[in-house]
Amino acid sequence: MDNDRIDQIIDKHQGEASSLIQILLDIQSENHWLPKEALERIGEKVQVPLTRIQHIATFYKAFSLVPKGRHEIHICVGTACHVRGATRILDTVEEATGINPGETDLDLKFSLETVNCLGCCALGPVVEINGKVHGKMSPGATAEVLKNYE
Amino acid sequence: MSEIQFEIDGKEVKATEGMTILEAAQNVGIFIPTLCHHEKLEPFGGCRVCIVEVEVNGWTKLVVSCVYPVEENIIVRTRSEKVDRIRKTIIELLMAHAPDSPQLQDLAQEYGADKDRFEKDASFCIHCGLCVRYCAEVVKKNAIGFVDRGINKEISFIPEIAAKECNDCKECFPLCPTSYLQAAFVLTEALAFPPPSSEPVSEE
Ligand code: SF4
Ligand code: FES
Ligand code: FES
Repeated sequence: MDNDRIDQIIDKHQGEASSLIQILLDIQSENHWLPKEALERIGEKVQVPLTRIQHIATFYKAFSLVPKGRHEIHICVGTACHVRGATRILDTVEEATGINPGETDLDLKFSLETVNCLGCCALGPVVEINGKVHGKMSPGATAEVLKNYE
Repeated sequence: MSEIQFEIDGKEVKATEGMTILEAAQNVGIFIPTLCHHEKLEPFGGCRVCIVEVEVNGWTKLVVSCVYPVEENIIVRTRSEKVDRIRKTIIELLMAHAPDSPQLQDLAQEYGADKDRFEKDASFCIHCGLCVRYCAEVVKKNAIGFVDRGINKEISFIPEIAAKECNDCKECFPLCPTSYLQAAFVLTEALAFPPPSSEPVSEE
């Protein structure tokens, strides 16, 4: 992500320090992670010390300070999904992507994360990829769905 | 600014509106223990040892005196049986993180706290934020900040700023209630092992 794009995002929020979290969220969703250079740039532009930005960026789980894959997989391992076989779904995804929860593959294709309930337990086991919810998943269906992502 | 009258430990006290209970108590020489309070810094309310009991219209509640503003006719107790009991637990919790802190050891003696009551998780930092806030509010360099949250929260220097500023300052070191060395250690660590994504720190 280049400085021009970062500046554009900051300008969109009128360079307001009070919009800091919104700016970070925009960059996170576009770039999938927050590089240190971006944080420094934001700090300069909106006049907020880097210590504060770091505190916020490490506080919320929505932000990542390490590179993330193009596709973010969230596997629900909440109680309802767990009893409906979330562990087997997780195994399938680990097998297919070669990564464990919290990791990103070397090609920056996938990042894998487990979550503790996506709020749609009736659809369990639930897998969310790039914000899209896939319900009533089986290991086979999960492997098929993953093939759709490049 | 209107004057406010109330009572601390049975003593009539006058204070001005907007003052905290702690300030008012200190003004009349009543001692309330504190760990995260510093007169040059904004109230923070992080350590909770300054907890006191406040009675308003017959109802009592526990408040943190370094952030609680004085009110007309309240009755403050800095050492009731309840306050002592809760303060003791707070000290015990803090000691799970910093068992060797001299300030905590003194408090433990005073309140009969058992430093081994809770399982040790000696991070040496009790998140009082004195170093962080002093650097931001007084020195205005923002070289040190908090990262992460909950049990993983810790202090962290920004290597680029620290390399330039900290060597000549170090004013935050002696503020730490747990050990003078805590900030020093984290600073050394930040300078010696800057995170890989950062630019190399220039030699001075
Ligand atoms: S290092 Fe010491 S001064 Fe800084 S936040 Fe931790 S306990 Fe407080
Ligand atoms: S447990 Fe998976 S959606 Fe609720
Ligand atoms: S001195 Fe009041 S909470 Fe620390």
